[in-house]
Formats: sequence, structure tokens, C-alpha cells
Amino acid sequence: MSAPAFASMTMAKALNEGLRKSMESDPKVVIMGEDVGKLGGVFRITDGLQKDFGEDRVIDTPLAESGIIGTAVGLAIRGYRPVCEIQFDGFVFPGFDQIVSQVAKFHNRSAGLMKMPITIRIPFGGGIGAVEHHSESPETYFAHTAGLKVVSCSNASDAYWMIQEAIADDDPVIFFEPKRLYHAAKAPIAETPTPLYQARVVRPGRHVTMVGYGPTVSTLLSAAEVASGDGIELEVVDLRSVSPLDMPTVVESVRRTGRLIVVHEAPHSFGVGAEIATRVMEQAFYSLEAPVLRVSGYDTPYPPSRLEHEWLPNLDRVLDTVDKIMEY
Amino acid sequence: MSEQLHAVQPEPDLVQLLTPEGLRVEHPDYPLEISDDEIASLYRDLVMVRRIDTEAIALQRQGELGLWASLLGQEGAQIGAGRALKKHDMAFPTYREHGVAWCRDVDPLTLMGLFRGTNLGGFDPREHNFNLYTIVIGAQTLHAAGYAMGVVRDGAVGTGDPERDTAVLAFFGDGASSQGDVNESFVFAGAGNLPVVFFCQNNQWAISEPVTTQSRVPLYKRAAGFGFPGVRIDGNDVLACLAVTRKALDDARNAQGPTLIEAFTYRMNPHTTNDDPRRYRLGSEAETWKLKDPIERVRAYLGRVAGFDPSFFDDVEAEAKQLAEHVRAGCRALPDPTPGSLFDHVHVTMTDDLVEQRQEFVDFVSEVSA
Repeated sequence: MSAPAFASMTMAKALNEGLRKSMESDPKVVIMGEDVGKLGGVFRITDGLQKDFGEDRVIDTPLAESGIIGTAVGLAIRGYRPVCEIQFDGFVFPGFDQIVSQVAKFHNRSAGLMKMPITIRIPFGGGIGAVEHHSESPETYFAHTAGLKVVSCSNASDAYWMIQEAIADDDPVIFFEPKRLYHAAKAPIAETPTPLYQARVVRPGRHVTMVGYGPTVSTLLSAAEVASGDGIELEVVDLRSVSPLDMPTVVESVRRTGRLIVVHEAPHSFGVGAEIATRVMEQAFYSLEAPVLRVSGYDTPYPPSRLEHEWLPNLDRVLDTVDKIMEY
Repeated sequence: MSEQLHAVQPEPDLVQLLTPEGLRVEHPDYPLEISDDEIASLYRDLVMVRRIDTEAIALQRQGELGLWASLLGQEGAQIGAGRALKKHDMAFPTYREHGVAWCRDVDPLTLMGLFRGTNLGGFDPREHNFNLYTIVIGAQTLHAAGYAMGVVRDGAVGTGDPERDTAVLAFFGDGASSQGDVNESFVFAGAGNLPVVFFCQNNQWAISEPVTTQSRVPLYKRAAGFGFPGVRIDGNDVLACLAVTRKALDDARNAQGPTLIEAFTYRMNPHTTNDDPRRYRLGSEAETWKLKDPIERVRAYLGRVAGFDPSFFDDVEAEAKQLAEHVRAGCRALPDPTPGSLFDHVHVTMTDDLVEQRQEFVDFVSEVSA
């Protein structure tokens, strides 16, 4: 039924195959969202799934995000394992109350007697020339909420495995997909998954630890390539999970390099970078050779697309910050 | 505006099967075959839940509960709707459905933890097919619609098998009718022909706001726009509430889709024990509604029409006293949560961060209490 699992594929295809695997292995998995049926989603992530699994399991919902999340809660109480697609990052907010007040708290409110195994997929991040509300990075809102787990894939192989792990998790997971990488290069799929909440060193280096996740990881790998030409070896850590944070992997790296730059598209202040900087200070203060620096979006609304390339933590901004941290 | 929403006098199309004076009347659409013994059983329910409410308010006054949301005046609506449910049906309450909880065999003490501050809900909704109390106004109506989507996917609707076909009953109030979630749940239920019944207790007041703040039309008429029937019933008439909810739940089980029931009733007490209604409504309003009391009319019927002996009423009163003792003693005995328990069920599997924070908090609390 499914395509060969270990062929080279795009992230979009990998997510599609991962969803298919989850639906095959658990009949209680249902996909719900706007345009996920015949159309296969506006990004085609659910392409062909309704045809193969039927309208009862791949559900085109009314255009109501609170309704999508709220009915997913009811389905979960009935024993289902819903996978909700939010069409774009900026459209999750009508469903925010149901996520924060209901999805996140239900297990706790029931004294652990009820599980809420809901996965909420959100295409996020910028760089695709979109109109407003289509390029945002709202991960911190969810990471700040007890009861939620927040992850993001940066490549096709992780996309394939992480979506299956998120769906299999009995806790609610907010799954951020870097939309500008959906249809970028094809990549091979690993034969085995990495545990979902574990970070991964994707390129070793000895001078600066570069931490990113989702769309920024590929930027960091490019930066490492360029910096290497100048004799600076960047160690790139793909966080994969924003909450919980795999701090042992980050701290172990910082203890070796003494320098840390955190990169995210989300606005500068009160974000993942701030959290990691604090924890590194708490856990590896005496290893630091320089202050922890951040490369991020600015504390502005997401810009009109003609400005987004400069606004985003692009290669030049990352390399400038590497230069800066090496001056200490 | 010609329609008087806030009218004490009901509209002519309000379904009533038992008058405030205790006389049985018939309604062509809602025939109800019910024995006097069954009505006596409803009477017992009504008295019990009013007693739970009375005790809870007293416990709040004594500092044993942080808060209580009284159901006084709404017993008929809740017992009628609650007794219309079958055991395998599912109910989604607000935070005021103590009467429905009673019908689902939920111990009142199970509900009190939330108001005493010993837990945040603390029970398994599947045990009694009664969801956790939901405080965010209207949020539970979407859960009900989603649960109904699951019922449909389980093939548990329209089979003709009474043990299998399942309906869902969603409770909310007149204030909640303005919430986006309630309207979205109507959309999902209507478009999806879901086996869910929306039971709105219009008790006329959303804290201080009269229902005219929420709506230009009578609430039950909203259903038409969503494509399913709406009916307004005398919410203080337990028989009308039973008959109409039973019919709506049957329709839902038989794949006829949703119904909106507006139970026209009155919140006799403040919104909660923290509220002061003297600031926003006239005391005379409650005096008028007292004449429509949901219990007195059943008592009148049983005593005058059905010829029940005074000993029957004495027995019910004695049982209510026993229940009151159970509630009083049980509430005080509810165990305080342990500091560590706060962390135990944030996730199914505790994260390393929380293991660490849990230890720190447990150590801190044991140090300061040592």
C-alpha cells in the first residue's frame, strides 16, 4: 500500500508516508482539518490519504480552528487518536483556547485517568513570500504551556519518523513543520527513528555550538560550511524538541566549545533562545568563553514579504554573529 | 422589540407537561407515559440534589469550600434531562450540573474536590459517562460534538439496537450561547448530522447580564439557522424536560441529528457564592419564580392528584438528611493534595525537568512545614 519507506523523498512526502504508517498501524488514528481530504491539504501533506482510508478517517472539517481542536478533544475522550492539521501558523489562534485550556490540561484535571493523545500539525516559519499570518513562528506560546510537548522536524527523515512518534505519544504534541522545506531537496530516510525528545548533533565542531530547530537547521549547516573555510568549526545541534528541551546534549556541546548561539525565526525576546541561554548559564556557567548570543526574528510583526529575507535569521546574520562571538 | 425575552410569562409555544400548580397537561408532540411511582422517583431526585446544593452553600459559608455554583431553581431541568439519558449515553456538563451528576451516579463528593481545592476535577469521565466539569464557558459543547463524531465512527448510531445506539448531551447556559465554541459546535453537529443534543438552561442571567445582552431572538430559534430543530420548554417542569430530552436523544440515536432544547428556567441564587445579585436584579423577580418552583409542583401532584401519603415525603426527607450528613462529613474528610501530586499527571510520562522541579518543591514544602 505504501511507497517504499526508505527511499529518498521530500519532507512533504515523508510526512505523508509517516501519516500513512500511523493510520495503518492504529485504526483509531483520524486526520482532521481544512482541505485535508480531496485536496490533500494546501501543502498536499495528506495527499491520497482520504482516498485510501475514507472520509471517516480523513475528515474535512468546517472552517473553525477552535472547532477542529475542540472536537478532537471529544474524539479523544471517545478513544480516538486525532491528528489535527492547522492550515497555517497564523491560524492556530482561534484554536488556542481549546489547546491551552482543554488539550493541555485534560490529563492533569482527570488526575491522570484520561489521556489526550492529540497531535496538532502546524506548518510554520517564513521565507515563502506569503501574505500576513502565513509565516509565523508561534512555538513559544505552546512551549510555555504545561502539558504540551512541542517538536519540529528539520529534514525528511526526521519528518517521517517524528510524526509517527508524535502520534504514538499518549500526550498532546504540537508538531511544527518548516513549510519552506516541504518541497525542497529529497533526502534518504533513516532506517530507525531517534527518540522524539532527543536533540541531535548534526555536524560536529569545536569552536561554537549552534542550536537551531526546524527551518533554521539548514541555515546553520550552510553557515558551518562557510565558517569552516575560515577555519572556524561550528557544531550544529538540531534541537528537534523545543519542549521538553534536551539540555544534556546542548550542555555537553557547550562544555567543549565554550560558545553558544541559539537561532530561531520566532521573535527575539522571551523565546527559546532566552530559555536555553538561562539554562546554559545555570548548568555550564564556568565553561562559557563568551555570552550566549541569539539570532532571531525581531520583536516586530512578521514583515511584509519583501523584507522577510533580511528579517529572518539568514546566512549572513548567522555568520556575523559567529564573528561577534569569536571576538570575545 | 415585540418579543419579550426576559419575560417571566413563557411564550405560548413553551412545552409544559406539569403546571406550577401540579396538574398534568398533555402536549401533542411530547406524549409522556409515566407512572406515579416514576414521578415519585423524580421527586426524590429533585429533593436530593437541592439538599446537596444547600449543604454545599453552607460548607462554603463555613470555609470548607472555596466556591460553589448553586443549581437552586434548575433542579427540574437537570433531573429531567439527566434521567432521559441511557447509561451508555455521554453527558458534557458545565460546572453547575450537580443534578445531572446525581443522575449519572457521581458521588457529590467527587464534584466537591474542585470547589474545595483538593483537585482540579479528579475523575475519569468514562466511569459514569459524565465528563469533567468545564469552567471555560461553552468549551464542552465542542467536546460533545467531537465525542458524537466518534460515536458515528464507531457505528453506534442508527442501527436500531437500543443497547448500541448512543446519544450525547451537551449542557450550557444562556451566556454561553454567545460563545464561538457553542456556535461552532452547532455547525459541526448540524453539517455532520451528529447524535448530539444541546441542552441550554436559560436561567435568565449570566452573572449580571440578562439574556437580552446575549440575543435578539429567543435562544431556541437559533437552531433553525444551523439546520436542526429547536424547542423551548418549561425548565422548571421536570416532566417536560424528561419527555422532550428523551425524544431528542432518541432522534439523535436514530441518526436524525441534533436538537437544541432551551429549558426556560431561573437561577434563584447568586451566580456563585461570590456573587451579589442585589446589584443587578430585583428581588421581586425571584419571588415570582418561586411560584414556579420545580419541586413544589411535583410535590403538589404527588400529594393532591396521586394521593401519596405524608410518610412518603417524610421518608424522602429522612434520606435527604442522611445524604446531607454524608456530604458534610465527606467534604471535610477530602484529602488535601500532596505537593508532589501536582507534578504527577502533567504528562503521561514525567519529563526530566518536572522530575527535578517536583523534587525541589517537595523538599521546599517539607522544609517549611517541618
